[in-house]
Amino acid sequence: MTTISSPDARAPLAAELPTIRAAYPALGRRVHGKPLVYLDNAATTHKPLAVLDAEREQAMWHNANVHRGVHLLSQEATERYEAARSTVRSFLGAAEDREIVFVRGTTEALNLATATLAATRLGPGRDVLLTGMEHHSNIVPWQLACQASGASLRVVPLLDDGSLDMEAFDRLLDGGVAVMAIVHTSNALGTINPVQAMCAKAREVGAISVVDGAQAVPHGPVNVRELGADLFAFSGHKVYGPTGIGALYGRAELLESLPPWQGGGDMIRTVTFEGSTWAEPPARFEAGTPNITGAVGLAAALDHVTGLGMDRIAAHEADLLTYATGRLLADIPGINLIGTAPAKAGVISFTLDGIHPHDIGTVLDHEGIAIRTGHHCAQPVMDRYGVPATARASFGLYTTREEVDALVVGLRRVQEMLG
Amino acid sequence: MSDLRELYQELILDHGKHPRNFGAPEHADREAKGHNPLCGDRLTVYLVLDGDRIVDARFDGAGCAISTASASLMTETLKGRTLAEAEQIFAKFHDLVTGGRSHLDDPELEKLEVFAGVSEFPVRVKCATLAWHTLKAATEASSDAVSTE
Repeated sequence: MTTISSPDARAPLAAELPTIRAAYPALGRRVHGKPLVYLDNAATTHKPLAVLDAEREQAMWHNANVHRGVHLLSQEATERYEAARSTVRSFLGAAEDREIVFVRGTTEALNLATATLAATRLGPGRDVLLTGMEHHSNIVPWQLACQASGASLRVVPLLDDGSLDMEAFDRLLDGGVAVMAIVHTSNALGTINPVQAMCAKAREVGAISVVDGAQAVPHGPVNVRELGADLFAFSGHKVYGPTGIGALYGRAELLESLPPWQGGGDMIRTVTFEGSTWAEPPARFEAGTPNITGAVGLAAALDHVTGLGMDRIAAHEADLLTYATGRLLADIPGINLIGTAPAKAGVISFTLDGIHPHDIGTVLDHEGIAIRTGHHCAQPVMDRYGVPATARASFGLYTTREEVDALVVGLRRVQEMLG
Repeated sequence: MSDLRELYQELILDHGKHPRNFGAPEHADREAKGHNPLCGDRLTVYLVLDGDRIVDARFDGAGCAISTASASLMTETLKGRTLAEAEQIFAKFHDLVTGGRSHLDDPELEKLEVFAGVSEFPVRVKCATLAWHTLKAATEASSDAVSTE
């Protein structure tokens, strides 16, 4: 087993922020006459020039279909697409390139996982265990699969601070659980779940572990083998890459045991009208022409964050979280933080007394500050904490303390206007 | 900030904080639930009728300043109107908040003119029209929750 590289000994990221931010032209924009303060990184991150350049170069000079042509351009496209797979493999700490399936994003990855596992693993008494903080994309596919297969959904409840109730988890996880599907880092609460321990416990009872890593991958080092996840999904656009591309990691032996998902070109070995045979993973799960340009862009994004250092990104965002939490609690009367778990990513979900999140979002927008408002595709989380919606500020590698200060000023403006 | 004041007019802020006709009546002839899944707003509109005339209109629920004020001002406007008139006012109101001009100088819209600023905020149009869509469902006696999606 490989180990995570030792902590990055370079200086903190903050010292390089002016240079880093220059690589993201949108960060220099003005919005409603004010400098843009982009605090909606959990929804999507901006893309550095390196990503845009890589996509442009691929589309401009190496455009061809992959895995098909004998001509040079097709070979170049194939080499670049497969090199991108190798970059994802290395980024996730997976053992082999064939364990990486390119998909549109986390939602598609989770639907792939659900459909293929439902066909082989679920049924009456072979249940699915989720947590109360799942994104809708890790709830709805399982609900559909349970309805079709006769399996039941089990849900790990949340504590008041946004942590998982791990005693309940231990009670709910037994031999009747066939699949444990859990979010690594909550998009609505910021909570980082103890995924490594949970995957180990799932393995003890013979359950397959599926991890939604969409919010984990951008914020710190991830190593799927150390986590012990059987399947692990993430999206490119949340880690400074393009939209429409993401990856599903699957342990090689598991992927080999799963049936095809979508049928089409590239996923077969032989086709006759009497029947077809399937290609080996990952081709088995990549029917049709993939998002070649997106894959190349994703690889550029992963090179970008790896170059900066995932350890340093994590440390920078942890510093911002501490700073922002302190400032908001000190300077904004009537603020309620939703999600205060000890292990938390740079996501602050909050409400203000007497002011609806939607109105907060509109006023902040006019101050140039972009945040998310709503239920964050996690309605059960909203129900759990008795709020219809929250406002959410989420940080990225390029976020500065000055932007946190601007948020505080903006929220005071919200309260002056609507309070 | 002047354009933001176009949206959050004093009358809207007042009705958003202190909604009129809030709370279910003892008896309603028609009622319907509305839901804006984008922001989680939910409200219920209740109508008390005498024939086809609206004697009382009330609502309850939770929403943003725009949707709450819109529901509050809507219920004030509706009292004494017929169901057919209510439908006509909704058409003009919808035109108003989506930037149309058919409402100009129309005395029927009365205070509802304060919502003209919503047309500059396309993502907030659904907030302003949630109560009205719910009203429409109530007048059509549809029992299903309406959604702005």
